[in-house]
Amino acid sequence: MEQEIDSTLYHILDEVADPEIPVLSVVQMGVVRKAQFVGTGVVVDITPTYSGCPAMDMMGDDIKKALQVAGYEAKVNLILSPAWSTDWITEKGRKALEGYGIAAPLSPEADKAVLLGNKRMVKCPQCGSTNTVMISQFGSTACKALFKCEDCLEPFDYFKCLK
Amino acid sequence: MTNNLIEYIYGIADNDLILGQRLGELCGHGPNIETDIALTNISLDLFGQVRSFYQYVASLQGANANEDTVAFLRKEFEYKNVLLVEQPNTDFGYVIARQFLFDVFNHLLIGRLQDSKDETLSAIAKKGFKEVSYHVRFSSDWIRRLGDGTAESHQRIQTAINDLWVYTEELFQQTDADKAMIALGIGVDVTHFKADYFKRVSEILTEATLQTPDSQYFQKGGKQGNHTEHMGFILTEMQYMQRTYPNMTW
Repeated sequence: MEQEIDSTLYHILDEVADPEIPVLSVVQMGVVRKAQFVGTGVVVDITPTYSGCPAMDMMGDDIKKALQVAGYEAKVNLILSPAWSTDWITEKGRKALEGYGIAAPLSPEADKAVLLGNKRMVKCPQCGSTNTVMISQFGSTACKALFKCEDCLEPFDYFKCLK
Repeated sequence: MTNNLIEYIYGIADNDLILGQRLGELCGHGPNIETDIALTNISLDLFGQVRSFYQYVASLQGANANEDTVAFLRKEFEYKNVLLVEQPNTDFGYVIARQFLFDVFNHLLIGRLQDSKDETLSAIAKKGFKEVSYHVRFSSDWIRRLGDGTAESHQRIQTAINDLWVYTEELFQQTDADKAMIALGIGVDVTHFKADYFKRVSEILTEATLQTPDSQYFQKGGKQGNHTEHMGFILTEMQYMQRTYPNMTW
C-alpha cells in the first residue's frame, strides 16, 4: 500500500512525532495514508495501528496544528480500511525503532514462532543478542510485546507483527 | 432497516463495551504486572472497537448523536449485551473463564463479519479481527495453565467454567433485528458456527484437563435488554460523569 502524500506536505508531516514513540514520525509509522490539497485546504487520511490506540486523537490534533503553523487549514479523516499493517512502517522507521530500544517486527512466520513457540529470534536492541525470551504477549502499549534479553538481562519491547 | 441495523450493531458492540468496562476494573488489580497489563490491553482493544461501532451508530442516528451519547446515555434495557460479559470479576478464574468463553465466540463472529455487505461493519471487523485473535490466544493459554496447573488452580477454573456455562447458549440466540440483517447479507448467522464453538471450547478444556459441563440449563435475556442484577451497578459507575455533568467533555 503506497502512501499518497503531496511532497510539500510530506516534510511538514514528517516532523509530527508519534506520541508513544517520539523517534518515529506519523509518516514513518505508516499512519498517514494520504495527504493532499483539496480546494483551499488540506485533507489528511490517517489509520489507527490498533483500534484502541489512545494516541490517534492526539496524532490527529498534532497533524492539524503542524499544518496550521505552515498556513494550511487541515481536515483529518480516520479511515479503517484497509487495516494498518506493520509492513507500512518505513525502512527508516524500522531503524529509528531499533535505535530507540524497540525491536522491529519480524515476518509473520517468525513473529508466530517467537510469540507462540518461544523461539529465540528477536534481536535485543541493547546488545544485539538473539538469546531473548518473551515475558508477555502484551507490552507497554497495545502494539508491543514484552521481551527480556538472557545475555545482557535487559527487558525491552518488541513491536508485534500485524498483517 | 436503520433501526434493525442499529439494534444489530448494539448486539455486537455492547458486549465489547461492558466486557471492556469489567476488564478496566482490574487496572492495577491484576495478579501480576504482565497479566494486569494484558487484561487492560484487551480492554483497550475492545473500547477501540466499540468506539468505531458507536461512531457508526451515531452517524445513522444523525441529529445530536455521537459516540458518547450512544455509550453513556442509554437506559439499562436499551443495552443488548449478553449476560456473560456483565458477570463480576469474582476471582482470576472467573475473569479468565468469562474471557475464554467470550473470546472463542467473538473470534468466530468477527472473522465472519469481515464479509458483511455493510462496508463499515466489514472494515471494523477487518481491523478488529487481528486483535481478537490475540485475545483468544491469551485466554486459551490461561485456561491451559490454570486447568493443568495446581490442584487449587484446577479446581477454581473448573468452578468458574461450571458457573458461567449457563450463559453460553445465549451467545447463539437471535433477535428479530439479527434475522433481518442476516437476510440482507449484513449480519452473521451465528447458528452456523455454534457447533464449531462448542467443539473448540471443549478441545481446549480437554487439553487443560478440565471437564466440559453437560448441563442443559441456560440463562438468557441480555439480548432483549433483560439483564442480571450486576448490570445496574456497571452502568451507574460508567455513566456517572455524563449523568452528573451532562454534556461534559474532557
